[in-house]
Amino acid sequence: MNPLELYGRRFHSRLLLGTANFPSPERMTAAVHAAQAQILTVSLRRTAVGGEAFWDQVRGLGTQVLPNTAGCHGVREAVTTAQMARELFGTRWIKLEVIADDDTLCPDVVGLVEAARVLVAEGFEVFPYTTDDLGVAARLLDAGCRVLMPLAAPIGSARGLSHPCGLRALRAHFPDVPLIVDAGLGLPSHAAAVMELGYDAVLLNTAVAQAGDPEAMARAFAQAVSAGRTAYLADPIAPRDMAAPSTPVLGMAVLA
Amino acid sequence: MSGSRERTSVGHASVAVIGAGVAGLAAALALTERGARVRVYERAAALGEGACSWQAGGMLAPWCERDGAGPELTAQGEEALAWWPRHHPATVQRGTLAVAHARDRGELEKLARRSGAGQWLDGEGIAALEPALAGRFEHGLWFAREAHLDPREALHSLAAALGARGVPIQFHAEVDAAELVADAVIDCRGLAARDALPDLRGVRGETLVLRTAEVAFRRPLRLLHPRHPLYLVPRADGRLLLGATVVESGHAGPVTARAAMELLNAAWALHPALAEAAIVELGVGVRPALPDHLPCLLTQGRITRFNGLYRHGFLLAPWYAQALARQLFPTQEARA
Repeated sequence: MNPLELYGRRFHSRLLLGTANFPSPERMTAAVHAAQAQILTVSLRRTAVGGEAFWDQVRGLGTQVLPNTAGCHGVREAVTTAQMARELFGTRWIKLEVIADDDTLCPDVVGLVEAARVLVAEGFEVFPYTTDDLGVAARLLDAGCRVLMPLAAPIGSARGLSHPCGLRALRAHFPDVPLIVDAGLGLPSHAAAVMELGYDAVLLNTAVAQAGDPEAMARAFAQAVSAGRTAYLADPIAPRDMAAPSTPVLGMAVLA
Repeated sequence: MSGSRERTSVGHASVAVIGAGVAGLAAALALTERGARVRVYERAAALGEGACSWQAGGMLAPWCERDGAGPELTAQGEEALAWWPRHHPATVQRGTLAVAHARDRGELEKLARRSGAGQWLDGEGIAALEPALAGRFEHGLWFAREAHLDPREALHSLAAALGARGVPIQFHAEVDAAELVADAVIDCRGLAARDALPDLRGVRGETLVLRTAEVAFRRPLRLLHPRHPLYLVPRADGRLLLGATVVESGHAGPVTARAAMELLNAAWALHPALAEAAIVELGVGVRPALPDHLPCLLTQGRITRFNGLYRHGFLLAPWYAQALARQLFPTQEARA
């Protein structure tokens, strides 16, 4: 299968994992291995002081670290956190979150575009956490983002694809931009559905970390991502309103 | 190196315990109960100083705490329900009440499923247990067998019990396990033992103590929430402990504004009268944690490392302390 390419780096895994809220580092490690994840996100906002021991555990997994600005509410706060992340992890990658509202955790898309512009100018490779809004997506690409991460549903909600038409439209409008669904997935079937739409990857955290058995759930998601990707590449048939008999009906007895 | 020490009988075996947090004191008591001659060394000037046990919630909640940890936590934690009333008579066994707002009902269902315990209550059932919560919550889970204690009083009870058995606790004692003259050394230094346990890391926890005469609660309450869960533990004199953050940081600096706001916000959502309570204390503890978040008893020669109690010091110390005593002195019966 063709690899996933993000900012010039190639990955065979299309499942990205967040590292927050696992029952323990040991179970996080088991889940990362079961998911065969090659990219892990790490939150910095609250652990900027004294978090070294945990970061060492994440680094020890030998994967690409994608630091995030989770919990940041304004442009300046997000930019500062990104700068700190670059120092700490030695990477230009940043998953940019600018949160509009603490209850819904919806992105502040205006602040997001502004912060993306600042960070790209400073040499960052930005993965913006955004909505499926086409206009915002265009602005983010104008700002220099080369990957987009739309949400499927609110963070941690496990709702799945709340607006599949929006995700489909985004895919259709930006066929060449890597699109990663970030947030809102709860079940492997959600991840498979995202991949069947032609998305390039999915990012999960809560759905795996808070499952009763994170390792088993990580494995299930990896299988679903792989199944969805394979199905997309296999060119699925289009849905129809009427039955489409697979054998000719001409000459058969007409049923009353 | 000193010469070989002969351990003739348990009655003569000498044990040095380093650290007077809940791990060290529980270990010292369990070993004393098996007949060992024990001395406790503590680098701080007074009981509880600098120990994360001092900042603990003191909930003995083997079912509520099971989620994410596995069945062994419940099995081992049940030992605490028998051990603490014997060693700290002020232990209160009135259960735990877990509640959630309507939109977080799923969190209660998850807790019921994963704890394998808990009795469903409606609004009336909640009010019967905690009159202050009348009319505030429609669904709750009651864990009747769980208990709670005041960790500071409990540490003093253990120290007093040791004193009564002639076990000295030496303060201001910065000692090196390798140099202590004893048949066995139990290293209960918590985070300070990172020199011997490289996998040990600190997980920061922040707490607040409120004092109010407006509302009173009889048992620990848990307000479930996907991002900002809160527990509240009643203490004496109208004080209520609110806890606790779980931050991947070994930093022991003061409580952050965010942590205080989140805890207070959750407390307010639990009962608006708490908004008028006085804040009498802000506490920070850094929990010693191993990668599996379970404690270890790791014996290397005559030194045993008892560490990694993480969020479960008061819950798990009794089981591990007794396991340690059995491990060191398998033939001796404990005399409580």
